[in-house]
Amino acid sequence: MLELKNISYTVDEGENKKTIIRDLDLKIDDGRFVVITGPNGGGKSTLAKIIAGIIKPDKGQIIFNGEDITSLSITERAKKGISFAFQQPVKFKGIKVIDLLRIAAGKDLKIPEACSYLSEVGLCARDYINREVNGSLSGGELKRIEIATIIARQTSLSVFDEPEAGIDLWSFQNLTRIFEKMRKDITSGSILIISHQERILNIADEIVVIADGNVKKQGKGSEILPQIVGTDSAVDACSMLTNDGGKA
Amino acid sequence: MEMDEIQKRLIAEVADLHDIPVGAYNFRANSKLAGRNTTANIDIISKEDGTGIDIRVKPGTKKESIHIPVVISASGLKEVVYNDFYIGEDADVFIVAGCGIDNCGKQDSEHDGVHRFFIGKNAHVKYVEKHYGSGEGEGKRLLNPGTEIHMDEGSVMEMEMVQIKGVDSTHRTSTAELKAGAKLYIQERLMTHGKQEAFSVYKVVLEGDGASADIVSRSVARDDSYQKVDLGIRGDAECYGHTECDSIIMDNGRVLAVPALEANSVDASLVHEAAIGKIAGEQLDKLMTLGLTEEEAEEQIINGFLK
Repeated sequence: MLELKNISYTVDEGENKKTIIRDLDLKIDDGRFVVITGPNGGGKSTLAKIIAGIIKPDKGQIIFNGEDITSLSITERAKKGISFAFQQPVKFKGIKVIDLLRIAAGKDLKIPEACSYLSEVGLCARDYINREVNGSLSGGELKRIEIATIIARQTSLSVFDEPEAGIDLWSFQNLTRIFEKMRKDITSGSILIISHQERILNIADEIVVIADGNVKKQGKGSEILPQIVGTDSAVDACSMLTNDGGKA
Repeated sequence: MEMDEIQKRLIAEVADLHDIPVGAYNFRANSKLAGRNTTANIDIISKEDGTGIDIRVKPGTKKESIHIPVVISASGLKEVVYNDFYIGEDADVFIVAGCGIDNCGKQDSEHDGVHRFFIGKNAHVKYVEKHYGSGEGEGKRLLNPGTEIHMDEGSVMEMEMVQIKGVDSTHRTSTAELKAGAKLYIQERLMTHGKQEAFSVYKVVLEGDGASADIVSRSVARDDSYQKVDLGIRGDAECYGHTECDSIIMDNGRVLAVPALEANSVDASLVHEAAIGKIAGEQLDKLMTLGLTEEEAEEQIINGFLK
């Protein structure tokens, strides 16, 4: 279980200070598929990075499986069982897909095992295993590889920051299927996804709406979704085709 | 062939050799010949004035290898060696050269090797050169390799230059002239530590129509080290040239990248790319979210980059 207690985070903007997260409390139970949505600039991605340890909050406490992890580094949190999929997958020079999967799995993964993670995200392993994780891969391919590294880690909490960002509609529909499968296979761990996409919100056990740095709504997916459909917290897939990516 | 343990270790580092290789070889240890083998197609002859060797590969020789490692384990030794390679037409050979210096003493040890290649028509050469230094002594380990390449029509040369560890100072100069249809591929990998200095200069001239050169240099400068990478291509005909210089700087490392392209024909097409920067923070973050410590993440990124 993950519990955020009274979290605040402020950034300097020139002379002024801007509060991104304000006294936020949030609890994510085990075995849940939770989607966090809300308007842009509301603090969702910041919150995801605070959970992963990439951003340190100014105040508050983070409790993970009964342990206070507030002061732990990214590495220590990863070792405790937190995984984080980046909104923009990171590119490397000379690091291959197999290398990244081996690092993620924390062992010298055999080729067939690595291949099984790639097939879970719909990639033909043979074509990808020795490719470099660089700009020669498309946005959709990088995104799937990013997700494969999370699957390979098999941790108790997986956080995905806007998996739909930067990919085309076709790739997004395939991506939705991957999350539907994850939802079906969920056991004791929990999955936390930052997304405004209706199709992802549709499969959520629980939806959290964050705006102005705080939780505005939290509840069962079936209860919250009807309240937010048509707002910028729940956009349909076709709005990805507009120039603003459906976020305006 | 008699070599001590240090010399054997150096040979393993620079030539990936743990035993006597198959094919032609010439081992040089502390300025003396330590072993030589020739084959029916490859001859190795000492120069009469004692300054080096001539390696002659008969035309049409296929899939043979030549190893010519040099090791220095004595402190205060300074040598200049000239090795000339004559590669016959249509030959296809693999050459491994390299120099390892272990300096435990107080005096500087220096090896200046000049390798000249005369590559015949349609011949294919793969050439790997590694440099390595070790030893805890105060004496410096200095390596100044020179490479001079003359490529006849339709010949191909693939060259790999690796210097990852322990060489205090290196001034490397490589020149090449390519006739029509000749192709040159160079991959350079360089890492400097401490107060090391490395200068790497390439001057490539594409003389004939259809000649092409691709030079890719990747380097890492750590601690207080300094590198100057100077990649120059001149195109005198309908030709294609590409250079790429990509460097990671760490600590107080410094890098100067000097791209130079000169086109003397309207049909010459020349491209240069260069980038210098520290390891991207998000690369470290990503590997740390996979459970690596910052140091382990750094190591993975650099290993991949220099692979």
